[in-house]
Amino acid sequence: MAEQTASVPKAPPLPVRIFRGFGLLRESVVAMVGLGLIAFWVVLAIFADVIAPYPPNANFAPMQVPWATDAQGNFYLLGTDHLGRDIFSRIVYGSRRVLLLAPLATLCAYLVGVPMGLAAGYLRGRWDDVLSFVANVILSFPVLVLYVLIIATVGASALNILIAIIFASGPGIMRIVRGLALELRNREYIAAAQTRGESALYIMFVEMLPNARGPIIVDACLRVGYVTITIGVLGFLGLGLPPPDPDWGGMINETRQLAMMFPHMAVFPCIAISSLVLGFNLLADGFREISLRD
Amino acid sequence: MLIFITRRIGTMALTMLVVSLLLFLLLELNPGSVATKVLGPYSTEEQRRIWLEAHGYFDPLYERYFRWLTDFIRGDFGESTRFKVPVGDILWPRLGNTAILGLAVMAVVVPLSLTLGVLAGMKEGSSLDRGISISSIFFTSIPEFASAVFLASIFVFWLGWLPGTSGMSDGFDLRQLVLPVMVLVIYAFGYTVRMTRASMAEVMMTNYIRTAVLKGLPWRTVITKHALRNALIAPFTVLMLQINWLLSGVIVVEFFFAYKGFGALLLEASLNQDIFLIEACAMVAVFVAVGTQFVADVGYTYLNPRIRFS
Repeated sequence: MAEQTASVPKAPPLPVRIFRGFGLLRESVVAMVGLGLIAFWVVLAIFADVIAPYPPNANFAPMQVPWATDAQGNFYLLGTDHLGRDIFSRIVYGSRRVLLLAPLATLCAYLVGVPMGLAAGYLRGRWDDVLSFVANVILSFPVLVLYVLIIATVGASALNILIAIIFASGPGIMRIVRGLALELRNREYIAAAQTRGESALYIMFVEMLPNARGPIIVDACLRVGYVTITIGVLGFLGLGLPPPDPDWGGMINETRQLAMMFPHMAVFPCIAISSLVLGFNLLADGFREISLRD
Repeated sequence: MLIFITRRIGTMALTMLVVSLLLFLLLELNPGSVATKVLGPYSTEEQRRIWLEAHGYFDPLYERYFRWLTDFIRGDFGESTRFKVPVGDILWPRLGNTAILGLAVMAVVVPLSLTLGVLAGMKEGSSLDRGISISSIFFTSIPEFASAVFLASIFVFWLGWLPGTSGMSDGFDLRQLVLPVMVLVIYAFGYTVRMTRASMAEVMMTNYIRTAVLKGLPWRTVITKHALRNALIAPFTVLMLQINWLLSGVIVVEFFFAYKGFGALLLEASLNQDIFLIEACAMVAVFVAVGTQFVADVGYTYLNPRIRFS
């Protein structure tokens, strides 16, 4: 008996496993491109003070085209907007907001959605009926209709956007986790834990959750990208964070009317947001590829 | 089948009921704010009180809800505070415009995404498959406002081929419909392609396809006669659910191109706190979403004989 337990290979410590996971990730070109795109924006956001040539809200010569130098000899890499603010600096500073708010909102949505999904999938019965019905009701709203309704009623602020995102994406997360839990609940190690007399909470969070991590990581990656789009859309519709601090969606909203004459004002923030979302989506695809392999 | 459909209709009605209650609580829980929204911020306390009294807002909450609900079902949505006309008069024409837009989008998305998905899924892992998959990820990564800006820059600013707004002020103009449709197609087709591809790839792995190939049938026959029928069941559901997704997309696109449709109306109503118009728009949006879900569910069970109703 003692020999048997000794022959079970011990799991390597966490840092080693993370390092190996990264090694696997390196085999996927798609994932590395995605990671590169995300890293690019993270670096820009962290070193915004050093990289951005001007303060984000300072006014210079308005309506400068990209690669222009004005009468004072100021150089504008991506031009200036209708108020003479340097677009490159605003994009660099704007990345801070998105990179802070999008992962934070996604994380909060997971903190709500995962326990709900585990409860519905593992406990079944009444829990499942009630939670699934609530999720179905919320998911029956077209997403953006829900956002517009919430934000227009409670007003636009970072906290309200966060709450709206949790409210709107929590049920989707719950559905996915519920499906995973339904699949796992009949495994033998769950039965073993039940026989040992572990509590339902222990089984859900210690036995089930780590074994469901693969699909959850892929979904989380896609969801951060989607939340990034949502924050952009809200800004674009004029329901985002209040001006003047730079916000990618807001920048597009402010310069939309001029887009037919000076497209650069709206095009560059659009490229910024699309490339960041692309990064998250490619990374998710890479993760999926790897999780399918083993 | 009949029991299945009745049960689905029951769930649908219950969902609508809960949604209506949520909406009502969100917007009309506090009568004072309703009066302010209807009469404007400069109305006096006295005017608001009279208005509230005349419209029965001092009754208990549940009574108000039931009156609101029965009026709603009869098609009496109240009056828009901004346009000063019954809500139905603005809502239905706008909804018609959006239906035109949606039909045009579906007419492009359905053949395009099914063809690409089938081509990619036919040979999993081939270079064609990789190409189509990567480009569909690329297109789903572009938010719809970004593709609107990109396309407008190319076709309006740079080439000057198309008009930049789609207000249709001088009657219906097909040219004004091109850009909104293109943006929505880009927005919607990536996901459908990936789902079709997955479904097709799964069918190609089955034994009956292997048998068909091994008994020497031409590749074309294997695909068209054996694979397609089963591979296209799942995309049908996805396409129906895309209508829910499109309802989000039209808000952005109609706002950007100033198209006089349902999405722009909903946004406008929300920004102006046009309370009865918001309620009607939101209920219509949810009704369309729940309705398409119902069609998707019933259609799926009808198309797929392996699933029977329990």
